[in-house]
Amino acid sequence: MIEGILIGLTTALTFQNIFMVMIGCFFGTIIGMLPGLGPMTAIALMIPITYGFDPATGLILMAGVYYGAVFGGSTSSILLNAPGVPGTVATSFDGYPMAQQGKAGKALAIAAWSSFAGGTLSAIYLLFMAPSLSKVSLSFRSPDYFALMILGLTAIAAFSSKGQFLKAMMMVVLGLMLASVGQDSLSDITRFTFDNMNLTDGISFVLVVMATFAMSEALTIILKRNDPTAAAKQVSLTELGSIKINKEERGKMYKTIPRSSVIGFLIGVLPGAGATIASFLAYGMERNLVKDEEKEKFGKGSVNGLSAPETANNAACSGSFVPMLTLGIPGSGTTAVMLGALLGFGIQPGPRLYMTNPEIFWSVIMSMYIGMVILLILNLPLIPYIARILAVPKNYLIPLILFFSITGIYVMSFNNFDIYLMIGIAVVATFLRLYDFPMPPLILAFVLGGLMEENLRRSLLLSNGSWEFLWDRTLTVCILITTILIVLWHIYKTLTKKKS
Amino acid sequence: MNINTTKIISLLFFIFSAFYLYTAYQIQVFAFDENAPFNARTFPIYLGYTGLFFSGLKLILPDPDTIKVEHKNLEYKKTGILILIAIIYGATILKVGYFLTTSLFLFTSYYFLGERRWILMFLLSFPFVAAFMYLLHGLLDIYLRDPFLKTIGVMG
Repeated sequence: MIEGILIGLTTALTFQNIFMVMIGCFFGTIIGMLPGLGPMTAIALMIPITYGFDPATGLILMAGVYYGAVFGGSTSSILLNAPGVPGTVATSFDGYPMAQQGKAGKALAIAAWSSFAGGTLSAIYLLFMAPSLSKVSLSFRSPDYFALMILGLTAIAAFSSKGQFLKAMMMVVLGLMLASVGQDSLSDITRFTFDNMNLTDGISFVLVVMATFAMSEALTIILKRNDPTAAAKQVSLTELGSIKINKEERGKMYKTIPRSSVIGFLIGVLPGAGATIASFLAYGMERNLVKDEEKEKFGKGSVNGLSAPETANNAACSGSFVPMLTLGIPGSGTTAVMLGALLGFGIQPGPRLYMTNPEIFWSVIMSMYIGMVILLILNLPLIPYIARILAVPKNYLIPLILFFSITGIYVMSFNNFDIYLMIGIAVVATFLRLYDFPMPPLILAFVLGGLMEENLRRSLLLSNGSWEFLWDRTLTVCILITTILIVLWHIYKTLTKKKS
Repeated sequence: MNINTTKIISLLFFIFSAFYLYTAYQIQVFAFDENAPFNARTFPIYLGYTGLFFSGLKLILPDPDTIKVEHKNLEYKKTGILILIAIIYGATILKVGYFLTTSLFLFTSYYFLGERRWILMFLLSFPFVAAFMYLLHGLLDIYLRDPFLKTIGVMG
């Protein structure tokens, strides 16, 4: 193994490759900040360019683009509440409020350090556990996935603010209902389209997330412009670009990062689960583990609340390479594009890769890691300048956010209907937000809706329509018991709080 | 009587869930799939009932943390105008083209939000959109439909 790591490092650390990773990080960050263009698109855009280089250099360039795009996505989540990809939605829960308090630089720095630490720890897990974890990932069956998704959705609802559990569950159901619009994945029967051809392919994630987060946030700001309570929340922007993280905040991160990296990596290893579930679960877990005093800060700019999803997100990205490299199964859209690129280079990922071509296996892992290091070195000095976006007056920032959101949809579909639909959803979301209906559960449910139905379908078909699959397997039972415990814990905490 | 808006939203959600459930039962499935353990309408039916359950609970259970919104402090007029401008932008973007509609959308939005620094408003609309278009269309090779620029011969 040591020999493999050294070969990987030697390949990755040439002048040309370091230059490539820098270029990749730079373009990746820019592309990642644009709405609708996440890591998957960024890598796909780079594939034709990478074929001009040797495989190692091409992969290193892609690694830079990948991590750059992930960081770019977090940046737009934190600064504009506009997460372009599902994996960075949880980042906005505390990152955006922190930025609104004039600590945008700090929020970006926490995100950058947490991502780096999450990536570093997961690279270590990857080094030691990749081959054995691939077997674990294969042991997950449809009932386990279904239970895992129930856990994810319940956790995000249970960990929502005080008194919001039922509201959060209503938003979960609404998210799942929105996800059910369009063609059924197996039979191709259209559902809830009302004979409108524009809805046949369903509603896109970017549309829903831009409407419920970026656009509704912009509309809420305008709506509450004269609200004295909202005006009181405006603080000075002097600290905006500061990236200093004080001792207390570092202490919080030291506790959060290791546990979030473990959960992120393990979830990332499961094909199909990916960074979204990982970041939401890490956020929920963190909220449950911190002290009551810190718990109150969640959703209002908590350091733990920002650090946890960012760590888990990056750890899950590394984790998703386990099934791709060891089994040849891409666990996410991004790894599917990477797999295509690897095949283009004549590299066949699978169980034999680790044994027959360890140098390629390690080169990929090392290049991913070096991509992350370079990203941190490049982006930390840029944070004070990036954070200045928030210093733009609201009269300019709000139209720019709306333009950003509409462009994201326009470049994806070239369809007026999608723009109307987005505006409609944004208006409803703005109204719901006024009455404290949380949007994160809706987004998570929307992202997981298709997968959840697919796994329920498989489970029910395999068990011939019986719900016994819920208690047939130990793993499923364990996940479901955890779900029940989370709900009971939430009810217990609410009741004891009311009594006190 | 003070009407609790959260309860009204819950009632609306209850009605919406009932409509969703009704529509779910109307989904046409293949004849051989009709009695299958899982077909295209199974999941939506479960969702419909779950929606009824949670919104029903919210309706029935007491709501100690009532949210009060001071409507007189809210800027409905400006928000409405902004939404209207966005709808017009959406309606014209395909026919007129990305550059002109986006630039005009930004310019009018700045104006209605109270901005009067004309030079800055211009710089942050027309040249800004041109630069953004160059990034997307010129550098990243992402297609942007623009009949207006095509007509005047700027875009191929």
